[in-house]
Amino acid sequence: MLELNDIQHILLTRTPALTGEYVFVSFRNPTAGRAWLNGLVDKVRSAAEVQASLASSKRWVTLAFTWNGLRALGLDEASLCSFPDEFKQGMAARAEMLGDTGSNHPEHWVGGLASPDLHAIAILFARDDEERARCVAEHANLVAQCNGVEVLSSLELQATPPYEYAHDHFGYRDRLSQPVMEGSGEQPTPGSGGLLKPGEFILGYPDEDGPQQNLPQPEMLSRNGSFMAYRRLQEHVGAFRDFLREHGQTPEEQELVAAKLMGRWRSGAPLVLAPNADDAALGADMQRNNDFNYKEMDPHGYAVPLGAHCRRMNPRDTAANMNRRRMIRRGATYGPPLPESAPDDGVERGIAAFVICASLIRQFEFAQNVWINDKAFHELGNERDPIIGTQDGTLEFKIPKRPIRKRISGIPAFTSVKGGAYFFLPGLEALRYLAGQRDVPTSS
Amino acid sequence: MSGNSTQADWKKPAAMAIPKEGFFKLEQGRYGPTFPKTPANYGFTIIAKIKPGREAVIREYGKKIEDTIAGLPDGLAVLRLHYLRWVLFDIGPETYFMYQGIFDTDFDKYTEDAVALFTKYGINTIFENLEGFPEDWKSNTPAFIKFVREHQRPSFLEYAEYPYVSADEIKKALRLKDSFSAMLDQMQ
Repeated sequence: MLELNDIQHILLTRTPALTGEYVFVSFRNPTAGRAWLNGLVDKVRSAAEVQASLASSKRWVTLAFTWNGLRALGLDEASLCSFPDEFKQGMAARAEMLGDTGSNHPEHWVGGLASPDLHAIAILFARDDEERARCVAEHANLVAQCNGVEVLSSLELQATPPYEYAHDHFGYRDRLSQPVMEGSGEQPTPGSGGLLKPGEFILGYPDEDGPQQNLPQPEMLSRNGSFMAYRRLQEHVGAFRDFLREHGQTPEEQELVAAKLMGRWRSGAPLVLAPNADDAALGADMQRNNDFNYKEMDPHGYAVPLGAHCRRMNPRDTAANMNRRRMIRRGATYGPPLPESAPDDGVERGIAAFVICASLIRQFEFAQNVWINDKAFHELGNERDPIIGTQDGTLEFKIPKRPIRKRISGIPAFTSVKGGAYFFLPGLEALRYLAGQRDVPTSS
Repeated sequence: MSGNSTQADWKKPAAMAIPKEGFFKLEQGRYGPTFPKTPANYGFTIIAKIKPGREAVIREYGKKIEDTIAGLPDGLAVLRLHYLRWVLFDIGPETYFMYQGIFDTDFDKYTEDAVALFTKYGINTIFENLEGFPEDWKSNTPAFIKFVREHQRPSFLEYAEYPYVSADEIKKALRLKDSFSAMLDQMQ
């Protein structure tokens, strides 16, 4: 049974937030950190509470900590040591392996995210702008009262219009494929795979291989927690639209180029099911829009190129061990939308997302290292993910086609990594333990 | 179509000398340094001392794995192996086990998939007869990977008569040859 009263809601719930703010903070001393945490902990809602109050709630708060942040809160050395190495090192230290090189290197990151002074994040999701402003002001008041807590940076989130469905600044429909775990009360949509063991995403539960090993200690700290990889990805909308125009003569051809890069039409309709023309009704139909495979339905990539974003991020039946590689995605877009006819205005806009998983090294880092940035993925030889891979203009994208495939050379970077971090997302009891409200259990 | 075949001409045999560390430039993978692709593709050579008196058990395992693969010929396909070689040899009174694999995927990248599959088919059980092998290896993949990395001995030279050719490419070529032969037979 999932302890829904203790798990932070973000793990299990997608809230109807249209806006929000991420606030990145640093603690000068443990007293300051605990004061901040004590001021916020009662506002953090469990999965059970949020599910029960979704219609009436206007804001949703999530708190998480870097390893340096746990240390800054005064967590003891034995506990600190018990965390996995990749989390201790942090995302910036593992940049080379993650593919964050060149212009994506942490030396170019913004907002203090690459700094060891980054200790915690407060995710303040809000239903509307008025509520966001109220939450941000209230948080600022709390920080002002906590001597020794510093805000390194913050990021304002804004859904991009039209608001009827979630999509990014490039226009791709989002939130189509999510893993679902046993005990969550949800059922996976057709094609999304079976129910997964909760231990793939939450600490303290069996995973697809059996009981979890090497959990951070004490048990009270790790139970119902998880790990989150944060990625702030700038989307170069002008460059993306220029690319579509360069490689497509007509609007229909441009849409097809966009679809080939992603593996889905921007409407969400999967190319495997709609290979020749967009089908907006299919894209919007959650009972149909994820119901496909690759091995039988598109083995050579005539519909979805082997290197397309969707095919890399979820190879479905063409990868081994898939149930151990699934990830929960949360997040939002930021920055103003760029009007369709306007040239790029130089304003930063993009996606600020969280990948939530029980093991950063096995799930998030594998996806980055192998699926997104391995040039030899599917024996492609000279490609990376065309949407979120590290691109320097020297790589290509191959579109299988009869009788002769199309090869686009010199793929530009449509996105840039502007920051990232690894966070530990504690359960509610663990938050109170970190806040100093709970004693160390004598049994552990 | 493989990008690998563009790396070098398969008709031109090639050798590569490798520095003592096992790599030319330190590149971190998820679990440690990554080892380069050579004309003989990727691979590992793991050498570990066996527990005293376990030689017969290990040898018997050879037969067990022969049977497993006979019943599940596609069982290890996703690892894109060329060859596995298991060798026992003595140094003085002690017996050592050498496990050499040659394959087409970066060891660091797909290491968990390999552990999962080897575990599923019992191939890793052989490791229980090695000294220092983690007892909880079935559920503790990171400990298993650590053991493998600690016992990996990088090559200092690798050679290939047909460099950088993947097992998939070889199989494709042989399938083509088979169908071509069948066609010629039918034309007789």
